[in-house]
Amino acid sequence: MSGAVLLSTHGLTKRFDGLTAVEDVDFDLPAGEVRALIGPNGAGKTTLVGMICGRIAPSAGRIVFDGQDITALPAHARIRRGMAYTFQITSVFPRLSVRENVALAARRRIKGRAAVDRAVGAALERVGLPERPDEEAGNLSYGHQRLLELAMGLVQAPRLLILDEPTQGLSEGEVERVKALIEELRGDTTILLIEHNMRVVMDLADRVTVLNFGRVLAEGTPAEIHADAAVQAAYLGTG
Amino acid sequence: MSADTRRIFALHGGLLVLLFALHFVLPAYHHGNLARIMVLASYAIGYNILFGYTGLLSLGHALFFAAGMYGMALSIQYGGVTPAPALLAGIAAGAVVSGALALLALRTTGVAFMIVTLMFAQAGYLTILYFGDYTRGDEGFVLQAAQRTLWGIDLSDPANRYVAALILFAVCLMASLWLVRAPFGRVLVAIRENEERVTMLGYNAFAHKLGAMVVSGTISAAAGAAYGLLFGYAGATFASVQYSIFPLLWVLLGGAGTVLGPFIGTLFMFYLIDLSSGLTTAYMLIAGVALVALTLFAPQGLAGELRRRVWKGLP
Repeated sequence: MSGAVLLSTHGLTKRFDGLTAVEDVDFDLPAGEVRALIGPNGAGKTTLVGMICGRIAPSAGRIVFDGQDITALPAHARIRRGMAYTFQITSVFPRLSVRENVALAARRRIKGRAAVDRAVGAALERVGLPERPDEEAGNLSYGHQRLLELAMGLVQAPRLLILDEPTQGLSEGEVERVKALIEELRGDTTILLIEHNMRVVMDLADRVTVLNFGRVLAEGTPAEIHADAAVQAAYLGTG
Repeated sequence: MSADTRRIFALHGGLLVLLFALHFVLPAYHHGNLARIMVLASYAIGYNILFGYTGLLSLGHALFFAAGMYGMALSIQYGGVTPAPALLAGIAAGAVVSGALALLALRTTGVAFMIVTLMFAQAGYLTILYFGDYTRGDEGFVLQAAQRTLWGIDLSDPANRYVAALILFAVCLMASLWLVRAPFGRVLVAIRENEERVTMLGYNAFAHKLGAMVVSGTISAAAGAAYGLLFGYAGATFASVQYSIFPLLWVLLGGAGTVLGPFIGTLFMFYLIDLSSGLTTAYMLIAGVALVALTLFAPQGLAGELRRRVWKGLP
């Protein structure tokens, strides 16, 4: 399962004024793995992936992607190296059509109108949004906007796909679809998944990293994490 | 898609054909007005690239218009060159000035961007006044008919002037239509809608905004150079803040972010003032009331309203 390390962080730290959101995180993600990142609200999950993909500048530490130090690279340059990030709070282009949203994500990689159209159609089909591609994205329901985010991530054919709470606000059926989709991508794409839905985490993740107060509390297989007493106390509750 | 494309070309091409046909039928007064409107509409097209499509509100486009005008006029007056290289000099001046201003102003956003562009345009205006020995300041200077002969064509002749203005307008309109349908233009629209998301799709937003500002400034400069050449005059008024506000008004009225909007807005505003000043000396009052009504009932401008109500695919 685990190949060469695709992404690693060394001593990654982020301080916001007095608050240390992420502290000294060493994190290795082997290529091909589905890794879940869990932790209570405010544990620093979104800040951590924000630093990885370049939305947030770290206060200290290094990030290595595919053997190269990318700490100094701006976000768009990191994305170009094969990362894709789907936003926790959906961030589609509300006044553009569904098709155009995905096409914008596709055009950086794919040239030519016909090829872009094909890739867009395939991505929408894959997430289950093939109807009404000409609808303005802002008119979609919340769940459908999340699926659109996912299509925008997929169409970039990333090597590392960062999914920030992809199932939040989705119906049961949509959660199943997202799970099946991640299952399909397993092996082709390395996935870093921030997720609150423990059922999704337990079913999908190869390994789980637990953050608490900005530090790595535990790391292991879903079963190990489930059995870990410290994690139980911090996050999963006593049940 | 291709049916839509045909409709788009039929509409925009149809306007150009109509304008050419009007050349033969319009009475002299309106013929002259329309030539002027087409040049000013080209300026508005340039402005619309940055404001309507990229979402950056500049208050300093008079700097680019004037860079084109003076780049052209000074090289004829003092460089002794013919109109063709003078036009190129004007366009090049616009490209350089807009590129330089973009590098500075794009470090800011929102209101700060408006203020920085406004201040630099004012500095440009004052520079023209400062070098009054050459530019003749507010008074300006006239280019003689003999200096305005392009490839043997006398541009001071109204018929030639109309056709030249139409060619400029056609090139700007088609360039704008092509740009906003091309991948580069689609990214500009996306920046207007959600810049952070564009960055997180792997596009360099700064480079795209820089490109938009240079294209916008260069088209504005081409319009400024053509205006000076066709109407035979260059003056500091064209660098004043008024000429930064005009394209904003024209584009807002016509429909920001539409290809036809700049022309419709310029035409509307020109004739609104022209007609109301024929009726009363308080013509600005009539113009003001019409503008307020339009803002209330067509907040997205005339072409914007057309897009909302009739044809969603209008580029």
